[in-house]
Formats: sequence, C-alpha cells, structure tokens
Amino acid sequence: MTKYLFYPGCSMQKNARSYLDSLMAIRPELDITFDEVDDWNCCGATEYWSVHQVKAHALVGRNLALAEQQANGSNTLVAGCSACYLNLAKTANYLEEDNLLREKIDDALAVGGLHFTPGSLDIRHLLDIVFNDVGLEKIRSKVVRPLTGLRVAPYYGCMIVRPDRENRYGNPEYPTALDKLLEALGATVIDFPQKTHCCSGHMTQISPEVAYELLHRLISGADRYNADLMVTLCPMCQLNLDAYQGDMNTFMDTDYHMPCLYFTQMMGLAFGHDPKELGIGKEFVDAGPALAKIGVELPEAEERPKPRPRRKKKEEGLPMPRMGDGNE
Amino acid sequence: MSAMLNEEKNGAPISYMAEVSRATPGNCRLEMCIQCGTCGGSCPSADDMDHTPRQLFAMIRADMRDAVLASNTPWHCVSCYYCTVRCPQEIHITDIMYTLKSMAVAAGQYKKSVDADFSESFVGYVDEYGRSFELGLATRMYLRHSPLSIVKTASMGLGMLTRDRLDFSPQRIKNLDQLQSILKRAGEIEEAIA
Amino acid sequence: MSKEQNQPQDSKERIGVYVCHCGSNIAGVVDVEDVAVWAKEELGDEGVVVSRDYKFMCSSLGQEMIENDIKEQGLSRVVVAACSPHLHEATFRTACERAGLNPYLSELVSIREQVSWVHTDKEKATEKAKAMIAGGVERVIENEPLEPLRVPIHPATLVVGGGIAGIQTALEIADAGYQVYLVEREPSIGGHMAQFDKTFPTLDCAACILTPKMVSVGEHPNIELLTWSEVERVEGYVGNFSVTVRKRPRYIDTELCTGCGICWEKCPKKVIDEVFEQGLGYRTAVYTPFPQAVPKYPVIDTESCIFFDNGKCKACEKLCPTGAIDFDQKEEILLLEVGNIIIATGFDTFDARRIPEYGYGRLANVFTSVEFERMCNAAGPTNGEVVLRDGVTKPEAVGIVHCVGSRDRNYNNYCSVICCMSSLKFAHLVKERTGAEVYNFYIDMRTAYKDYDEFYQRVMEEGVLFVRGRVAEITDATRNPGEEGKLVIQVEDTLAGRQRRIPVDMAILSVGLQPPSDTKEVAHRFGISCSASGWITEKHPKLDPVATMTEGIFIAGAIQGPKDIPTSVAQGAAAAARVLGRINMGEMYLEPIRATVDPEKCSGCRICNNLCPFGAIIFHEDLMVTEINHALCQGCGTCVAACPAGAISGTGFSNEQVLSQIEGLLAYSFPKDFELVEMVPA
Repeated sequence: MTKYLFYPGCSMQKNARSYLDSLMAIRPELDITFDEVDDWNCCGATEYWSVHQVKAHALVGRNLALAEQQANGSNTLVAGCSACYLNLAKTANYLEEDNLLREKIDDALAVGGLHFTPGSLDIRHLLDIVFNDVGLEKIRSKVVRPLTGLRVAPYYGCMIVRPDRENRYGNPEYPTALDKLLEALGATVIDFPQKTHCCSGHMTQISPEVAYELLHRLISGADRYNADLMVTLCPMCQLNLDAYQGDMNTFMDTDYHMPCLYFTQMMGLAFGHDPKELGIGKEFVDAGPALAKIGVELPEAEERPKPRPRRKKKEEGLPMPRMGDGNE
Repeated sequence: MSAMLNEEKNGAPISYMAEVSRATPGNCRLEMCIQCGTCGGSCPSADDMDHTPRQLFAMIRADMRDAVLASNTPWHCVSCYYCTVRCPQEIHITDIMYTLKSMAVAAGQYKKSVDADFSESFVGYVDEYGRSFELGLATRMYLRHSPLSIVKTASMGLGMLTRDRLDFSPQRIKNLDQLQSILKRAGEIEEAIA
Repeated sequence: MSKEQNQPQDSKERIGVYVCHCGSNIAGVVDVEDVAVWAKEELGDEGVVVSRDYKFMCSSLGQEMIENDIKEQGLSRVVVAACSPHLHEATFRTACERAGLNPYLSELVSIREQVSWVHTDKEKATEKAKAMIAGGVERVIENEPLEPLRVPIHPATLVVGGGIAGIQTALEIADAGYQVYLVEREPSIGGHMAQFDKTFPTLDCAACILTPKMVSVGEHPNIELLTWSEVERVEGYVGNFSVTVRKRPRYIDTELCTGCGICWEKCPKKVIDEVFEQGLGYRTAVYTPFPQAVPKYPVIDTESCIFFDNGKCKACEKLCPTGAIDFDQKEEILLLEVGNIIIATGFDTFDARRIPEYGYGRLANVFTSVEFERMCNAAGPTNGEVVLRDGVTKPEAVGIVHCVGSRDRNYNNYCSVICCMSSLKFAHLVKERTGAEVYNFYIDMRTAYKDYDEFYQRVMEEGVLFVRGRVAEITDATRNPGEEGKLVIQVEDTLAGRQRRIPVDMAILSVGLQPPSDTKEVAHRFGISCSASGWITEKHPKLDPVATMTEGIFIAGAIQGPKDIPTSVAQGAAAAARVLGRINMGEMYLEPIRATVDPEKCSGCRICNNLCPFGAIIFHEDLMVTEINHALCQGCGTCVAACPAGAISGTGFSNEQVLSQIEGLLAYSFPKDFELVEMVPA
C-alpha cells in the first residue's frame, strides 16, 4: 500500500468529478492511498499567472507549504490535472532556483504562518505514478475485461509533458507512457500524430474561433485513424474535447462523434468495474457505441457512424523507416 | 528575478529586455534569442497573433515597449509550451508570455479586453473564495462581452448543470483568512517592485 | 635572514635574480625596481649576488644580460621573475645553456599571470611578488642539473581510419619513403566520402576524385592496408609504440580471391545494408560495401550468413572459381612497432529519431542527408534517381531542413559546419534531376570558404526557394486543402513574419555531425582526451590543431571537429609533415621532469603500480622493486605522493625543491596588517 499526498484541483471537484470518482474506484487494484492536502486552494490555472507573478507563486506556495506540513510518510505530491501539476512543479522549481523569488514568497507565506522548504516535495502527475510506480506488470495482472478491439487515441495534451525538467517522460514530443498503458489494458492504440498538440486551454471561453480550429485538428486527426474514442488525462482537455465538440462541429460544419474519456475510467473498465462507478455517462459525446465494442452496456446507445476505408499499405520500393526502441 | 545584474550600471536605466527578463522567475535566457523562428513555427495560435513570439522578442530587444504591451500575442498564448521545449537556446518563452500579460494588465495597455478581463475575473474569484467559480466566471464574461451569444451557450451551460458538472454556488476553503493575508502581502511585494 | 652580511654564508650557490617589467604588464602594478633592489638586499644571505630589473627579459638584450652575468659573475643559479613558464621557460633555459649553465638550474617565477594580471592593489601585488621570488630562490638552490632524455624514433607510422584524411596522410608519408600501417574498421577504405554523390562547391563526383587515391593506397609498396581491423591496445611512448591490432576474419582467403564477385552475386541471403546504404538498400551476407572497394576482397557477415547460423548453404564456397572461401579462417592478432600515430577516425551523423517532431523513422518520405546522398549516387539503391519511398514516384516538391540536431542546446550545441553547403548541393541536385519545387529552411546561411558563397548564389539563380526559419514540425496530419497526401513542413518564415505550412512530397534533414560513438574509449586507448562535445582535443585550437597533448599522437580530419573535405585533406597533410619531420630527426628530446624510484627504499608494496595514468610503471618480479619508464612518465607526481616509503622522487619536482619553495614563500615577512587575499567584487 503506497501513500501519496494528493492535490485534486478545482476541476476534479465538479466538472471532472468522474476523473476523481474513477481514480478512487481503482485504488484497490493500484494499491494506493491518497492523502488529500487539507484545505488546499486553487492553483491559479493559467488565468492567475496572466495577471500576477508574485501573487501566483504565493497562491501555489500555500499549497506546497500545506503539503509539506502534512507529510504522512510520503513526500510525493500527486496531481491529476495537468495544469495543477505544472503550476505546482513550476513553482517548487523556481523557489529552489531563484533566491530573490524565494525571499519574497517566504515573506508572504510567513504572514499566514506558513513556510515551504524548496526540495522537500517531489511533485508528480497521476499518469507518472501509475506508469512508473505501479507499473505495467501489475496493471496487466488486474485486467479482467481486456479492451480488445477498442481503437483508442492516447491524448496527452501539453502541460504534462512540457516542460519536462525532471525528464520523466523521455521525450516531450513523443511520449509513450499512456500508449503503453492502454496497450497493457488490451486496447489497440493508434499512433496519434497530435497526441501532444494543444487543446487550446481556456481559449474555448475567450476566443472560440481559435479554439475550434485547434480542437478540430485533434478530433479530425483521431478520426482519420479510425479511433473509437480519445483517452485523456487532464480535465481541461476533456472539457474542451467533449463539451465543446458540438459547438466545434457547428462552427467547422463537421459531424464528429468522438467520445473522450479519462485514462482512469479506461483502467476501471478493464479492471471490471461498473461504468456508473467510474462516472461514465456524464459526457456530452456519448461513449456508448464505442464501449459497446468491449461489451459494456450504457443506458442510451446511438447509431454508430460508418468507419472510413483504411489507407493502402505500400509493398515495394525502399525499405520502410524504423523508429528504434530507444525513444522512451 | 533573473541574473542580469550586469545591466545595472551607475543607476542608468536598464534596457526593456533586462526589465522583462528580471520580472520572469528563474533565468529565462531572453538575451540568447538567435531569432531562428522555431517558436513562431511551433505556435498553434500563431496565425491569430499580431506578432509571432519571435517578432515580439525582436521588438522587446528594440525597446518597443508600447508596441509590445499593446500586442495581442501574449493573450493568444495557450501555454502549450511547445516553443519552450523546442527553443534551441532553451529560452523560457511561455514564462515570458505570462510576464508580458501581467505587465500589460498593470500598464492597462492591452488591445483585446476579453482576454485580460477573463483573467482578472478569475483572479477575483480565487482571491474571494480560494477556489475557482466557473459558473460565476462564465456568466460574468458573457453578460459583459457577448450578451447575445449567451443564448447559444445557455444550452451548453444547461448541459453541464444537468450532467452534474457545474456548481451553482462557489466552493470556499476553510482558512480563507490565511490565504487572503498571504495574497495581500504578496500583492504588496508585487507593487513594490513594479 | 641577517641583513648585515651581503656575502652568502649557508649556500655555495651564486644566484642571479632578474625582474621583468614586461612593458607595463608587470611594471604597471608591481614596483619592479623596488623588488629588484629588495632581492639583492634581503636575499643576499641566500646567495643572491646579482639582482636586476629590465623592460623585456625575453628580448635578445634581456637574455644576453643573463648570459653575461653567468659568464662574468660565475652564476650557478638563475631566477627570472616574469611571465608564465608556459611561455618563456624554454627561452631562459636556452639562454643559460648558451652561457654554459645547465638549463635546469634556472627557475621562472610567474609574477604576471599570478600577480600583476590578477591583482589591482599595487602595494599588495609588490609584496606578493617579493614573496614569490623568495620562494623561487629557495627552490632553485635545490635544483639539480638534468639532461633531457633522448628517444629514438621508429620510422613506421600507424594511421587509424581510412577516410579522406587518413588516406591523404598515409599517402604523403608513404610517398616520402616510409612505412605506413593503415587500419580501417570497415571492409574498405573511403570513409563517408565514398558514400557521397557529388562534392561541393565544384560538384565533382566524389568517387571519381576519391578512388584514384584509394587505389594508390591499395597498391602502395609502403602502405600495409589492414581493413576489417581495429586497434586493440597501445603501449609505449613517442618513437616507440607497440600497437596490437585485431584483424577480423573475412572468411575469404585474400591470396586466392580475384574479386570476381560471383560469391555476392549468388549469395541467397539478402539483408538491409545499414552502414553503407544507410538502411535504404540491400546487400548480401557476403559482400563488398561498394563496387570500387579497396581492397577488393569481400567479407562474410557472420550474423546474416546462413552457414554461420545453421551450417547449410555454402553457395559461395561451391561457386568460387579459385576456392577462396575459408569458413575456418581465424582472426589474426598483429603486433606493430611504430614511431608515431595519426588518428583520423572521422565522424558519425546525428540520429534524427531524437527529434520526433521531424517525423524521421515514422514518416516514409523523411530522409537524412546521408540517405539522400545514397539516393543520388549512381551506384546507389535507386541508381541515382531522386524518388519517393515507393522507389518510383518523382517528388514535385522537396523541403531541405538545415541545422538538424546542431546549434541546439537540447541536442548538440555546436554548428556542424558543412550542412549549409551540403543542403545547397542537395537543392541543386533535386532541381537538376526532378525539376521539383525546392525549399531550403535555414537559420543562417554559412557559406564561408572559397567559392562557397558563389555556389549559394548559383543555387539561388536556379530558382530554389529559401525560407529563413527553423522548421518546427514535419507532419502528415493535414489541416488545409492541398495538404492531403503530403508532408507538411510547419515553419515561421521570419523574414515575412508569419507561420507557414508548406506541403512537400519529400523532406531531407541535414543532420549534424557527431564524433563516432566509441570515441571516448578510443581516446582512452591511445591516452588522449576528448572535449565536452566528444571531439578529440587538439594541443592548441589556434596554433596546433593536428597535435595532441600526448607526444607522438596526432589527429587529422573530422575527429578534431566538423570540417569539410579540403580542410580534412590539409590536416592530413599537416599531420604527415609533422610525423615526417620527426622521422627525419631520428630522435627526440623529452623533458627530464620525471619520477624516479630509489630501489634501495622501494619495499615492493606496489601501491603506485595502478595509479599511473600513463602506464609508465613497471614492476620487476624478480627484484621485487618498481621502476618507472622515463619516456612514458609525464611527471604528474601521483606516484611520488602515493609512495608510503617516500621512495619515489620527482626529478625537477623533488620534495626538497617543493618544500624549500614553500618555506621561502612563508618565511618572507609580510608587513603588519597585511591581508593577502583581495576581495574580488561579486
């Protein structure tokens, strides 16, 4: 039973509640306990940092100080949302590197009776601990309902793999942790070229036209490879791809039905959990047709759109290029 | 907050580049830009920006302070960090964009008001409750900037509510006083160095 | 030190002290006249009989001053207080020698690099200079007269690496009449140049200009060509190296083989040729890498050969008209005696898979520069046709990307020198052979040498399009109309100021140059070192680019750093000239600053044996004592410090010398309240 300090973030409370619920549901299989940081506050997402520099660091500094105080035999702080993860990691990193900044934040935190020691916490994303700490072997052993036949597009988004100061993901352009995880669950993973392209973040609320263009690139890309659904690990990405897909379709005059689920929900399904338990059913784009492929019944199933013909494989000519194994 | 102390000589005014560099945490390496254009080439929103990130850095170097602050470039940054990981000189481009955004807000010199307003509203909610409040934020934005499209988004908003993905009222943290006192002090420090 | 008497009492030596002004370099900070006067007064008891100051001690007049004093005043020791020994130690030693004094009885104390150039407080600097001279005087008393070591130079030379630099250097030495061993790891010499189609800026056919030289090497009576071989071990020292070479078995009897080619024509096992054809073409298990290979004898690749896998086939053996196939051939270990070694092991290319956003390794029509060279080469996998991966379709638009993996702190921070020119060359070749639209994507255009910029202008005249911008992505994920089925190159056109997505059929990545992957081990084997980026370190980057810090070992070509063919050839010739000079002299003088073991004191504990970084320590089992090979010893002092019995002394750096210098330094009385350490502003 491994213990981790846990920072859920604002989205996981409501908007991405299913992410949290599915994570909690698969805890036994992963053999992990999460110790939620007591009275954590918002990490500032991207908006706070656009207005204030010192205040933003202090905002996150409070979370770091509380987590340090609470250390329960673990000094690893885990976040599920990529933006929360990045903000926590970025702040902790700069507090260690930049003396002038640290002085200012120490000053501000002291007013609230708090103190954070840079270097005292190891900040990691949920995917990181699942892939590296729990490990694929254990995950494979827990699979009772392999996702055989399900074509998935692994979608990392930006902030989990970039910037990668600790070099956790091998390559910020071509990470393979989520791909391998989904493979271990039995799914067919497509080589999704836009797997680290941006979902547009908060542009869906500020400049929708820009956002729809970016979302279109992702969804059409996944569709082109005949993915049944996209798998993500960030609430913002899920919200954009899922809730705004309808508006995107209207704007771009397209008709995509690309469901988007969290990787924890996929794990839950593979481990044999009930979809309701995993929060499935709260999406805007119905995942029913896709999940029917692996024998999972959801209340309302829709007509499945016809699959597009595959591209032809080249037989002759020069030998095809190879990627090599050293790219993780 | 970066190590560009050699710019300060005998109280002479420092360059705009040094000013931006210092306001960015860590050592952002802004002075190392070779104008290769990788950032502008990687940016998913480059087509919608007044200036590409690279152009903006050239303008900073040329002390074009007003033009930089008036540019919509930082506001179109989605923080995807592609530029930062691909920059051959390891410049912390995204962090610099955040700095420029806050500088623009402080100078009151931003062109598109929606972007800055959105961020400032967000800050307002976090300062007040310790958590973000999406329903409040969305409502305020639509009422202020595009009241007509609220009809369109109302359906999505309803969808969020019926799927139990949106709170009607804001969440609050327990030790709100503690957070507010910390933020107040941080704000004072911020004012002092501006 | 007593002030009353000026005549030396304790020592028998007569010491001359010379304080140099070095123009204002020293005199501007240190009060040199005062120091000279002080030396005579204060150090008279130690033996100082003459003390002068002069503007430029290293000048002829300055040196003459020393020589005259030696002759007229009967000096037995000389201390010069001036610049660093790196610069003029030899000058003053030679001056002493001319005057009849053993050169090792002089000391050069650095009061420039160690005093006037690093301190600004004149008073303190002067005091420090005095203290250092006091140390120098005490030390020089302990100096012993020494004779430089003479080592004979063996006239044979080892050249490692058969690329253009290695070939050039081997030919020059061999043409001068001396024996050369040329060791090459691949089955044939020729290096990377043999892979190219045309060379810039003349557009000479690479093979046409290279193969005559290769043939000369193969036929030269003075060159012993050892291909399919590697250097295993190097022992010895300049003039006397013993090199162990492992000659791998070709499984072909070279006495019988005529190079007819029936074996590789008929060999049933085909594999992808990763080395010469860069993965674009095939070869058989028994093969020569290319038709003009020198030597012409093929080799059998045991990993692919059916016989070595399961004992079947043997088609080559059955069909060889001269019975030259020998499956039982064993490797040979050769021991070569040489006087000098030239390392010309060339370069590898950057692995573009490390930049996934460029799509190399995943997207079919993204090629590297070397792959494209093979494609253009008439003897290559497409017979010189520029085609897409299907082997048939001609591209209608081609993008050429500069600076792949170079000038990038995420990969290699340096510029690889030749990529701009080769990218222009590719642009020309594509235009010539396909008439396609060609785009070159660059950050800067580096066309510095003779006829290079003119070549750039020629390519511009041919209608090639140039986009100044570093490519951000190459992708097949389409977005706009006109991109379907194409590769899209996304880049910021910095001169036009906007992001562009340019659809092409083929992308060519001009990958950077890297040192060969095992360069660190190779350098270690030869006792030389590499820089941080992995290239072998030359003795001096400006003034001595072909020598290394190890006497007798030289470098030439790309192994010293990325460079083009003319520069590699020039360096090959330069290294050959250095070696020929040495061979001509017949012997060399080595510095006698060495360690010596006193056999009486040596207990045979052998603690020092494994500490020597130069392998200069020999242990005599029969006598149970250690001996130091003076020719290999570099005088580092490690063994001297390690010996628990104090049985090892450093000639020229004896305990007596060092301790006396320290005593002299410390015994100097600094004025009261003197703070030696000057705080440098943060």
